[in-house]
Amino acid sequence: MSQVSMTVNGKSASGEIEGRTLLVEFLRENLGLTGTHVGCDTSQCGACVVHVDGKAVKSCTMFAAEADGAEVTTIEGMGNDDGSLGTIQQAFQDHHGLQCGFCTPGMVMSAAALLADNPKPSEAEIRDYLEGNICRCTGYHNIVKAIMAAAGHDVSGIAAE
Amino acid sequence: MYSFEIERPTRLADAVKLLSDSTEAQALGGGQTLIPTLKQRLAMPERLVSLSGIDEIRGIRTDGEGALCIGGATTHAEVAAGAGAYPALAGLAANIGDPAVRNRGTIGGSLANNDPSACYPSAALASGATLVTNSREIAADDFFEGLFATALEEGEIITEVKFPVPEKAAYKKFEQPASRFALVGVFVAKYGDGVRVAVTGASEDGVFRWSEAEAALSSDFSAGALAGLSLSGDGMISDLHGSGDYRAHLVGVMARRAVEAA
Amino acid sequence: MPADGGIGAPTPRREDVRFLTGSGNYTDDINLNGQAYVYFLRSDVAHGTLNNIDTAAAEAMPGVVRIFTGEDFAEVGGVPCGWQVTDKHGEPMQEPAHPVLARGKVRHVGDPIAAVVAETLEQARDAAEAIEVDIDELPAVIDMKAALEDGATKVHDDLTSNLCYDWGFIEDNKAAVDEAIANAAHVTTLELVNQRLVANPMEPRVAVGDYHRANDESTLYTTSQNPHVIRLLMGAFVLGIAEHKLRVVAPDVGGGFGSKIYHYAEEAFCTFAAKALNRPVKWTSSRSEAFISDAQGRDHVTKIDLALDADNNFTAIRTETYANMGAYLSTFAPCVPTYLHGTLMAGNYKTPNIYVNVKAVFTNTVPVDAYRGAGRPEATYQIERVIDKAARELGVDPIALRRQNFITQFPYATPVAVEYDTGDYTATMDKLEEIADVAGFAARRKESEARGKLRGFGVNCYIEACGIAPSALVGALGARAGLYDAATVRVNATGSISVMVGAHSHGQGHETSFPQVVAEMLGIDPSMVDIVHGDTSKIPFGMGTYGSRSLAVCGSAMVRATEKIIAKAKKIAAHMLEASDADIELKDGQFSVAGTDKSVAWGDVTLAAYVPHNYPIEDVEPGLEETAFYDPANFTYPSGAYACEVEVDPETGKVTIERFAAADDFGNIINPMIVDGQVHGGLGQGIGQALLESCTYDESGQLLTGSYMDYAMPRADDVPFYAVDHSCQTPCTHNPLGVKGCGEAGAIGSPPTVVNAVIDALQSGGHNITHIDMPLSPSRVWQAMQG
Repeated sequence: MSQVSMTVNGKSASGEIEGRTLLVEFLRENLGLTGTHVGCDTSQCGACVVHVDGKAVKSCTMFAAEADGAEVTTIEGMGNDDGSLGTIQQAFQDHHGLQCGFCTPGMVMSAAALLADNPKPSEAEIRDYLEGNICRCTGYHNIVKAIMAAAGHDVSGIAAE
Repeated sequence: MYSFEIERPTRLADAVKLLSDSTEAQALGGGQTLIPTLKQRLAMPERLVSLSGIDEIRGIRTDGEGALCIGGATTHAEVAAGAGAYPALAGLAANIGDPAVRNRGTIGGSLANNDPSACYPSAALASGATLVTNSREIAADDFFEGLFATALEEGEIITEVKFPVPEKAAYKKFEQPASRFALVGVFVAKYGDGVRVAVTGASEDGVFRWSEAEAALSSDFSAGALAGLSLSGDGMISDLHGSGDYRAHLVGVMARRAVEAA
Repeated sequence: MPADGGIGAPTPRREDVRFLTGSGNYTDDINLNGQAYVYFLRSDVAHGTLNNIDTAAAEAMPGVVRIFTGEDFAEVGGVPCGWQVTDKHGEPMQEPAHPVLARGKVRHVGDPIAAVVAETLEQARDAAEAIEVDIDELPAVIDMKAALEDGATKVHDDLTSNLCYDWGFIEDNKAAVDEAIANAAHVTTLELVNQRLVANPMEPRVAVGDYHRANDESTLYTTSQNPHVIRLLMGAFVLGIAEHKLRVVAPDVGGGFGSKIYHYAEEAFCTFAAKALNRPVKWTSSRSEAFISDAQGRDHVTKIDLALDADNNFTAIRTETYANMGAYLSTFAPCVPTYLHGTLMAGNYKTPNIYVNVKAVFTNTVPVDAYRGAGRPEATYQIERVIDKAARELGVDPIALRRQNFITQFPYATPVAVEYDTGDYTATMDKLEEIADVAGFAARRKESEARGKLRGFGVNCYIEACGIAPSALVGALGARAGLYDAATVRVNATGSISVMVGAHSHGQGHETSFPQVVAEMLGIDPSMVDIVHGDTSKIPFGMGTYGSRSLAVCGSAMVRATEKIIAKAKKIAAHMLEASDADIELKDGQFSVAGTDKSVAWGDVTLAAYVPHNYPIEDVEPGLEETAFYDPANFTYPSGAYACEVEVDPETGKVTIERFAAADDFGNIINPMIVDGQVHGGLGQGIGQALLESCTYDESGQLLTGSYMDYAMPRADDVPFYAVDHSCQTPCTHNPLGVKGCGEAGAIGSPPTVVNAVIDALQSGGHNITHIDMPLSPSRVWQAMQG
């Protein structure tokens, strides 16, 4: 066991970990931040995406020890200070971009990373960027639409509600 | 995962020592292949030596001979953003895995692993790259030794990869529908002294150079020059995503498209 | 409609806030004090005799609490099957035992052999590696037709063969069908495979067992679509725990698509072990484990004949299907290829003669059960593919051929035992042609061809029987349970309302849409109404969520309970207003005396119910809470017409979906935003089946697609925006809401649409290809083009 310290959602966090402790395990089990999910074991579904030093990573495919000293942001840190939903979160609700909610934290974190790099991505760029985030509920329609809306696109012309 | 310790050296020399101290030590690049392997308990290291904190093997520079030199611990995302001097290479890096994978996975890790479906080996081989390790330099032509096999010794670390920048180049990948790894990927690079064509994803022996295509393209760098050339499906990977014949066919299609895009 | 969103409003979902902020409560988020972890040692061979399990070395490993094997479950029941099919000779199906942990034999890769409970999961896994298992591997039975050959290795030694049942539907139709086919002007025949799929909800299954010795109560937290069903099956048939001592909680559940309907061995194990060890026991499936332990879907091999007369009227359908059951019978498995499949073989068409034969087969594979659509996708795929092939053979327009044969008079009794109440298939096809811009296809094809691509157009119609209920009907068809549902409407003193529903929401948005109904009925703000679901200790009863039944069945129960509330509240209001309750009207949350300006507010009446000072106490009990059970008279019959345009890259065989349009008739709509989302999701899964997904075993029974590295899940760039429309509405006639259900439609209607489009594209390129089995992966399409 060794000690790890990092900043998570703006607060310092530390704990005892093993070498094999994954970042997602540290977040969920040590810190009780259960918003980050595990949906596969081959680094493909993206339910576990968080930001480490501002970059989207799969927290199931990174050891907690490697995040020592890092700034980590999880879905729990994406809202506004007053508790209201952030822009991307609000767009997901407004456009029904989630159903069961399990992939949603990863989707929101990936969307946030995309918009940080590319503030007004096209539909094709969004679909391409989401290659590492699998959703089984929505057929992606409203996820893509929500991200377009969060980026300031007029989505009223997109088919259906 | 089995239990192991993690070391995070910040100097290459320390990493080399940590790896040589134990026969059960293993280098950890971005971990995007190694960690899933560990989860399946298919590897049993006692110690992982993380290379991600070693600044001296990270970054992109141009050397005196005009080669683009990429540190072994440089992530795919960093190559995608920073290898503008070699657009085909940057483009390849920008399509490995997905964005989150590209933020962790490294060029050194990918080349050291030599997955038969990985993208980077084709770039290294087609570019005639030189792989620099902590102890020597290895030509790409001598580096890849078949599926998951390379010329690296135990504990040897890829510190830099030197890519001679070609006049023209392009990489075209046909993705396996599930993993999105290359079902077939073809990297075509045109240099002053000839054209090199490297193929990943297809062969049971891993990445290889398609010499007939190289000869044809060296005398006429056009898609038409590849007409009539074909590979045999024998020796190609055959699985539920495609037969050997299909992969052989795709090599031709991707090679032609790469030439057109170059 | 209430200002803030009653029936028909696209109200944003209230559950989203917790999911978007990481505040959901999924089963794996639950950790109990003192919990131990279980790891299941699973068979790595498909078939073998289990000679001995030596756990001695493993028991001594660090952290091991106890190791369980099949012998520990000798005194409890096996995992039960909830449906009994009667074969064509009137005999019951063959029904093998399904032990919680394997005994005597292992029958598929993933069959659990031993369960290691330890202080940590990694310790349990370490110890599992130290268990010595002596298995004599037996030949595996994988191919269904080979499994039925004389002398085939038997999956279950105590059964007479690998045949679960040989079912004829309807046996009395058979002679007429054979005769119609023999006398037909044209017969189109098609052999096809509806491939095995894995449901793959993004949340893997989890079970946490808990036990309180002081009151002998067991609690199971589980990823279930129907906690009451789990309580019944596990309590009554496996562990022998009476309902009042067994609580089953299904908290936030990350998708199900059928795979979380069933009672699984892991649930029984955790509940059993928690009691045996007197401490909580938790199991979390990995994705890899899910691939070899979640019930899988589809897996039918079919030959269908469609007979037409000289005027192209359908005269008969005859279909013969082999349906894979896997190694054991999962909860609903026997009914999927029979009553959820055979009854739909009329489709949208007035075919007078239909006969369906299904042979259900045991193999050494993971059990198969319902997956989104369940039987109805298999029926639709056959009908709509064979119609398309017939149109091509006859040189007629596929839309015209369908229109000509549509059922147009309702109610319509099919030759396969069901009666469609309402529908307007011509109207949905008209709507489809509009939203799909059929007229513009030719120009788009030309544009694709200019880029070297083949473009194809495919169309499809579907009908489904959903709102899975009537108990009497399903009972006659073999169900061992009723399929009604229940709701309790609890009005609190201040007028706020909790509605306890038997349906379970795991993505469907019940917490938003159900209050819209109650609010509309009472004329109050939906925010005053909350839904409670997923906990047997809080809800009277319920059969859960599957078969697009939640609103049609449970929602109807909720309406009936609300009607009782209104009737009682009117009596209280009448007393307060000194009027006759027959004269009381409820509008916009006000009770008024008809024709007067006298009124009392909703909140005044509810307060009076709990503070009964001035109250008709002689006639009316205090309090305001009502329960209703609802058992409808018939299934509901949503229908629709879908269209797809694809491009095929002739060099690589890669298919891309360029356009997809869906015109559905779901009857009345409560929340159109949620309905659209359900259709989108179904389309994503159906396109996945058509182009990407396949659960594939090799000849020895090893799963070749055991992770997302080989099982191709649809991703965002595999699909386009979909044009969906549900403005064609023929309300259901036998539930109070007039709703039909929308959860499965997209997955039912889309696979044949896509395949029809790909065949059309290939034909346009001069390839004489009439069929390719799904998934239409690049390699399969390319292979077909090679001739």
